[in-house]
Amino acid sequence: MTAIRVFVPQDAAALAVGAGRVVSAIRAEALARGCEIEIVRNGSRGMFWLEPLVEVELPQGRVGYGPVAASDVPGLFDAGFLQGGSHPLAKGIVADLPWLTCQQRLTFARCGITAPLSLDDYRAHGGLVGLTAALQMDPAAIVEEVTKSGLRGRGGAGFPTGIKWRTAAAAPAEQRYIVCNADEGDSGTFADRMIMEGDPYLLIEGMAIAGLAVNATKGFVYIRSEYPHAFKTFSEAIRIAEEAGILGGDVLGSGRAFHLEARLGAGAYICGEETSLLESLEGKRGTVRKKPPLPAIEGLFGKPTIINNLLSLAAVPTILAMGSAFYQEFGIGRSRGTMPIQLAGNVAHGGLIERAFGLTLGDIVEGLGGGTRTGRPIRAVQVGGPLGAYWPTHLFDTPFEYEAFAAKGGMIGHGGIVVFDDSVDLAKQARFAMEFCAIESCGKCTPCRVGSTRGVEVLDRIIAGEDVVNQITLLQDLTELMRDGSLCALGGLTPMPVLSALTHFPEDFDRAPLAQAAE
Amino acid sequence: MDFDADLVRTIALELKPLEGPLLPILHALVDRFGFVDERAIPVIADVLNLSRADVHGVASFYHDFRHHPAGQHVIKVCRAEACQSMGSDGILESMETALGIRLGQTTPDGRVTLEPVYCLGLCATAPAALVDGEVHGRLDPPGAAALAREARA
Repeated sequence: MTAIRVFVPQDAAALAVGAGRVVSAIRAEALARGCEIEIVRNGSRGMFWLEPLVEVELPQGRVGYGPVAASDVPGLFDAGFLQGGSHPLAKGIVADLPWLTCQQRLTFARCGITAPLSLDDYRAHGGLVGLTAALQMDPAAIVEEVTKSGLRGRGGAGFPTGIKWRTAAAAPAEQRYIVCNADEGDSGTFADRMIMEGDPYLLIEGMAIAGLAVNATKGFVYIRSEYPHAFKTFSEAIRIAEEAGILGGDVLGSGRAFHLEARLGAGAYICGEETSLLESLEGKRGTVRKKPPLPAIEGLFGKPTIINNLLSLAAVPTILAMGSAFYQEFGIGRSRGTMPIQLAGNVAHGGLIERAFGLTLGDIVEGLGGGTRTGRPIRAVQVGGPLGAYWPTHLFDTPFEYEAFAAKGGMIGHGGIVVFDDSVDLAKQARFAMEFCAIESCGKCTPCRVGSTRGVEVLDRIIAGEDVVNQITLLQDLTELMRDGSLCALGGLTPMPVLSALTHFPEDFDRAPLAQAAE
Repeated sequence: MDFDADLVRTIALELKPLEGPLLPILHALVDRFGFVDERAIPVIADVLNLSRADVHGVASFYHDFRHHPAGQHVIKVCRAEACQSMGSDGILESMETALGIRLGQTTPDGRVTLEPVYCLGLCATAPAALVDGEVHGRLDPPGAAALAREARA
């Protein structure tokens, strides 16, 4: 009898809710009952409300049970879950769940399905097709393919990836670098982490293709230290890829070299800003550089450098494997391809949704998300991380794409959406945005460094109900200065959450003096 | 672990061939000694041919490079928006009560340090905390207090 394959994710979010204990319980129970099983530690499919999601491989497909606690395991065996038996936690064939069937998974096609470090799995599910194709192409043709795909930077700014690559390729140099920005510091985002833990070879492949495109032989992946699991898994993936000849002096036997190193950040949010990240990689304080020169011309160690977000580089293998026309057909307007949307916070069905651009914010939050986890009404959602706007429900008809969000004073950023119920206090959230900027400012420019500290003080007075009308005028003036005068997006965008809270939720700022309220 | 200048030099020399070796060296010191001792600064400066001010400037910039030993266990509570939306204030409060310290402090017996972290990427299983590198999600105040007591025991 062959062993039945049982899948239990090793993704950090699954581990955080007990996946490790579930594995131990399944092993112990199978041993006691004499069942022959093989446990595969896959990545997560991104249905985090079902994690730990246990899947059993059967002829009809993979049948899921979730969320499973270790204490549920004996009951699952009693119910015959190894044969797909019915149980209150049974979810049916996982691939047929509406959450997954409504998605268009290109970047996350393998995530949750394969064993992350298995190269056999990676190849069997379409891995390395893009890199193999790129090795047959002229560097300029690779850049052209990426340009035609319409791919824009998935880190937040949305700059066309192909143009960045073309600039780096054209800059004269002996040495060029590819740098992956995996410093995913925005609250509400976890897509980078899921790829590094769930499908790391995809990123390796994307970076190798970028290396071929611009004739760079060295790449760095800058991973935040808050992701210890991701760093460990990805470092191991690099080691295996080197051994297999995917990385190193002779990429897939082509005679071309591409070396890759994973580097750990050190807890500074600002290092997610591209020039700060480069400073940090060079071993300096992570302070921003003025631009120009662009990193594509003068980047890491003064050499032409492509610095892309992890999701941008992870989209590249699909573009090379399927062609730019295929990728370009997804999306609306100037937002082409798919976007991994991360739905988080106080939401019933939180997780990762990869779809072509164009769903409305309401489709995502209310439709896919199913409202709040606490069951109370939604009051606000913050989109695009700590520097993104707070959205009221009456703007839920806004399509999820770069331009539509910008037109309404927001941004999609790295694709994170954080849901809040009606217990949220938007004046406090605005204060938090300023406080976060004050803590994380690199200190190089005055509007950001001093402005954020002043912002906290002004918001404290507003929250205390002191001189509210004048303080709001002062706050508007201050945010305008920060927006126009800061060197980078940290100081420049902190006004976005603050002003959106003030604009859409003015009632939270209209406070009576605290002392009076106490009487 | 006691300060050992020779060991610092060995670690620094070993990592020196990396492109941009300073952050990896400082990480290695934290891994080995638990913090970056002030006395390590001139040693690293010498190995990398940098000024002491340069090395000090980098070591003091990043949140991760602590200058004093932490408690035996380190609890990092997520304070970012997704966790806030699921009541991370209550999580922090119950941990502070269980440990008898405030955020940023170490218990007087040196057992536990309580620190903030801004996002662990566990935003869909919020609120979350990291205990000695192990992730915990969907915390509630009693569960958080239990984690804190367990770390202190």
